[in-house]
Amino acid sequence: MNKGWPTIRLAVNGEMRAVRTPAMKRLLDVLREDLHLTGTKEGCGEGECGSCSVRMNGELVNSCLVPILQAEGASIETVEGLACDAELHPLQKAFLDCGGAQCGICTPGMLMAATQLLAQNPHPSMAEIREGLAGNLCRCTGFIRIFESVIAATANSPGRTTEQATDAR
Amino acid sequence: MRGNAGAHELIAPANLAAALELIAAAPGEWTPIAGGTELMVAHAAGRLTANKLVSLWRISELRFIDEAPGAIAIGGGTTFSDLRASKLVAAEFPLLARSASWIGSIANQARATLGGNLVNGSPAADSPPALLVYDAEIEFISVRGKRRIPYSAFHTGYKLNAMANDELLFAVNLPRRFRQHRQYLRKVGTRRAMAIAKVALGATALMQEGIVREIRIAAASLAPFPMRLQQTESILLGQEISPTKIHGARSALLAEAKPIDDIRSTAQYRKNVGANLLEEFLLELCSGNATR
Amino acid sequence: MNTCATTRIVGTPVPRKEGVDKLLGRARYVDDIEMDGLWHGATVRSSIPRGLIRSIGFDRKVDWNEFTVVTAADIPGQNHVQLIAADQPCLADGKVSHCDEAILLIAHADKQKVREAVNSVRIEYEPLPPIFTIEESEEQKIVIWGSDNIFKSFLLEKGDVESAWAKAAHIVEGEYRTGAQEHLYIENNGMIAAYSAEKGLTVWGSLQCPYYVHRSLVAVFNLSEDKVRVIQTETGGAFGGKEDYPSTLAAHASLLAMKSGHPVKMVYDRMEDLAATTKRHPSRVRHRTALDKKGKLLAMDIEVATDGGAYSTLSSTVLSRATLHSAGPYVCPNVRVRSCSWATNTVPYGAFRGFGAPQAIFAVERHMDEIAVAIGIDPIELRRRNFLHDGDTTATEQVMREPVILDKLLDRALTESSYEEKRARFARENRHNPVKRGMGIAAFYHGSGFTGSGERYLNSLAGIDVTTEGKLRVLVANTEFGQGTNTILTQIAAEAIGLDYNDVIMAPADTSIVPNSGPTVASRTSMVVGRLIERACAQLIAMLSEHAELDEQFTTAEFFAACDRYRAAKGDVVSLCRYEAPPGIFWDDQKYRGEAYPAFAWSVQVAQVAVDTVTYSAEVEEFWSAQEVGRVLNPVLAGGQIEGGIAQGIGYALYEKVILQNGHMANNQMTNYIMPTAEDVPPIHVYFEEIPFQHGAFGAKGIGELPHDGPAPAILNAIKDAIGVSFNSIPLLPEDLFAKLSTPQTLEEPTAV
Repeated sequence: MNKGWPTIRLAVNGEMRAVRTPAMKRLLDVLREDLHLTGTKEGCGEGECGSCSVRMNGELVNSCLVPILQAEGASIETVEGLACDAELHPLQKAFLDCGGAQCGICTPGMLMAATQLLAQNPHPSMAEIREGLAGNLCRCTGFIRIFESVIAATANSPGRTTEQATDAR
Repeated sequence: MRGNAGAHELIAPANLAAALELIAAAPGEWTPIAGGTELMVAHAAGRLTANKLVSLWRISELRFIDEAPGAIAIGGGTTFSDLRASKLVAAEFPLLARSASWIGSIANQARATLGGNLVNGSPAADSPPALLVYDAEIEFISVRGKRRIPYSAFHTGYKLNAMANDELLFAVNLPRRFRQHRQYLRKVGTRRAMAIAKVALGATALMQEGIVREIRIAAASLAPFPMRLQQTESILLGQEISPTKIHGARSALLAEAKPIDDIRSTAQYRKNVGANLLEEFLLELCSGNATR
Repeated sequence: MNTCATTRIVGTPVPRKEGVDKLLGRARYVDDIEMDGLWHGATVRSSIPRGLIRSIGFDRKVDWNEFTVVTAADIPGQNHVQLIAADQPCLADGKVSHCDEAILLIAHADKQKVREAVNSVRIEYEPLPPIFTIEESEEQKIVIWGSDNIFKSFLLEKGDVESAWAKAAHIVEGEYRTGAQEHLYIENNGMIAAYSAEKGLTVWGSLQCPYYVHRSLVAVFNLSEDKVRVIQTETGGAFGGKEDYPSTLAAHASLLAMKSGHPVKMVYDRMEDLAATTKRHPSRVRHRTALDKKGKLLAMDIEVATDGGAYSTLSSTVLSRATLHSAGPYVCPNVRVRSCSWATNTVPYGAFRGFGAPQAIFAVERHMDEIAVAIGIDPIELRRRNFLHDGDTTATEQVMREPVILDKLLDRALTESSYEEKRARFARENRHNPVKRGMGIAAFYHGSGFTGSGERYLNSLAGIDVTTEGKLRVLVANTEFGQGTNTILTQIAAEAIGLDYNDVIMAPADTSIVPNSGPTVASRTSMVVGRLIERACAQLIAMLSEHAELDEQFTTAEFFAACDRYRAAKGDVVSLCRYEAPPGIFWDDQKYRGEAYPAFAWSVQVAQVAVDTVTYSAEVEEFWSAQEVGRVLNPVLAGGQIEGGIAQGIGYALYEKVILQNGHMANNQMTNYIMPTAEDVPPIHVYFEEIPFQHGAFGAKGIGELPHDGPAPAILNAIKDAIGVSFNSIPLLPEDLFAKLSTPQTLEEPTAV
């Protein structure tokens, strides 16, 4: 029954992928089911919790709200692309040191939102951190140690986040 | 995920002309989808009734902020991130820039479009009050050409609007004449971020020697659609702001507002807080405070 | 074990044991798991709150031959979820008692087709009159459960309350209400089940208590214990919401797996999880309090009522804890608590962090401030005059044999928050500011572990073994769901033996591998199970000394070499220990008297709140929490628990409302069930005072639930301080503030300029 299903080509964490699915399949489901990248999570399906956050062409988006057709030709970054070989991304290291992850389910989306924040603003104020993460709900931490993790990471990471192609503005 | 991806057709025309031809060929059959922040929620909830969708997402001809001497034109496909990033909008239409920061989250702002916010027609939408008090005009486009109407005539009922079924919302035009106006916009939500407005109030006013020469007041969630509070405006136009006038304006708003009780709030709360917001604005006008 | 000894690992911020996997996105939650031949399951639920099922119709446009359909008739064993009583059916049989009650289960290989099938079932009901509130249940005009709608009641008496009224200088009454609260774990409930005649039943899922699920499946399927295997997958938050509900979901997935012959995955979406699963019990607590002229408590007469929903589930134990926390951390010679849990036609309420204590503590701590105002004593002073101290007795006549440092915690919280200075400043500033600020406090304890003889009844077994790969492995059924179980228990084991943190691993929470060390609830894991691990480690060392020539001092290499020698000579290197009650714990379940809890954690919290009189919104601007939880095993994890609990408590007070329409949760979307975001949580300051508790692992007591007990009363006390108006019901939304603060006159009067 895949007559009429388009073939979508997109780069995921730097690797070219192609999928053949209904055009209205959610990017979230394509990542998890077709590409077996289960790091990105579904918490609500409404764009409220942010646990499905990924970067698309250098912008943070809720992948549960993106029909795959609209990701044709896009460059997608997910949590699986943050670490480099054996080395944790500075944000991941900071989260580990500061207790920014408890149950871990919001963590992939939170890391992507933090990555986006630091890409736009390498030394954000606390108000900017709060705003940058306001779309990612965490029920375990009360956010406090997530803020601390982001601040710790800004001390550690000058250039990592700007290495990605297609940074927005 | 309660929606059935396979049951919907979604195509992405390469350009605006192709999109317009598509919808002209079968008027009313194609539902435009831009950033999807509304329709994809319905899809996940199993409530997306539109079987045929036409994607406007990558149509660059709809995504622009154009500067002309008398007005700026914002393409219907402009995202709220685009609006927040525009120095021009920040300088001359600060209420619109502020409302853009209220849309969902950073992730939603990257996808939600101005056109989508208006066409979706929620009475609680964030950008309409600012657009109303800035005398926005809406420009439609179809294979038949372009036409304009005042934004205040766009919403005709609850989730109903004046756009024809072969038209797209091409642009929102804002006259560049508000730099001297006192301005106010405040939203009351369930929390500081990711909140649908319980009520919001926007206002622009031109004061001259303590007299209100021009005034526009608009609200979210005080009516079935975003609207100007013209009876309330008429109490204030040409008048000085005195305690009696403020009281009169409050009463006018309380009478003019027609909010409802719903899952988010109550009618009584909405209109009384609306009146409080109005009073806050009027007190600022009196005291000569800078634009809020 | 010397709990005051210097430690190398316990007490240090070692990184979360499973943290790297979580940060890499590699941790496998149940919905991340794929299996060959996996089918998908879904549930058909009741659309009415109470009634008989007249017929079940299947729309002919669906080819039902492709599907597996399960009803109550398919249940091989007992059609009920095993908890305390046996009243909750696994699947509704002929009648329904709440909206969203599970009636039918459907499975198919195609997830989309299952969805369509669910929408193609037509159920016809004969509705019966439902009841939705405690008051309607109390009327007993409509009886929906047992003979009187009462799931459970308790009577706790100390002294003679009636004798005190005549002698009292002051008598103060109050009524306090709390609403339902949803856990809102970011990972929804989910299970995978597989069945074969040879292996039996295996389930994988998001859960807190593998052996609870095991016990329930054994009963539902009439299988022997070795034919049921329960495996916890990485769990994305629980907070009590995955204590009992997983037993139901596991049974559902298992029924479909058994009947279809395929493994079946059932993962709820947010709408279903919100509507159909457990939440915190709503409550109504009434206080009548007698005091002498110095403000010392003479008598507390308390009525506690909870709404248990349609089935009893955990209502009796929640009520028990509410009862035992209702009189607060105060000395009072005469106490009477009459408590009752009532049935209503709503989704059964269940465990949620605090488990009855947040409800009870909200009431007593609001009431203390009301008393203070009524009798003209400062609320801080009122508390100091009545605090428990060493040697005092509680309402159950439990003697405080461990130190009680409420004064010290209060001093710390007041100092750190600049409480007095701020109150004075706000009193001046509030006169000219539409935003009114205030400060409020709450003082409270939380009983660690199960009540009374609960731990004896659990009879937990836990320990360690040594793998052939040279790792020490912790064997417990206690689960990690963010609160730090894996990290804490491996720290304890590493410390107790003298190994490095990385030499110790956790065995998977798999009932075929680990013993039943009891549920992961009641803030018992560190204190009780950690202690079993400590003892098991000492026992292992003794075994190795005796049988494998382990010296008194040994290096890591020598330890593992001794283990190899032991294995060669005697077999598996394993050391298990059973729970032993600390001495002197006597609890009378009938009279509700004695040592209610083996240990108490103590806390004083301060909230700074701003009330915007333009929008009637109250926000917490800053929050301080001083607590004593015994030894802090890991400062990062402990701090995270306090902060997270406070954030949930703030939600409980000001944001989170469950809106029921005809007994169905109408706001069952994250858009409409509001929890605080990163922009809403205030700065939170956490201070630990450490007094090692000799019967807890390395001196630890329970910590997880304590922080959720205080925010709501502290916040509403601060609101009273800010605007001078009492609010006694939560959640307190702006609409509620508006309704009370606005009067017809206020609406018409012009405002002064």
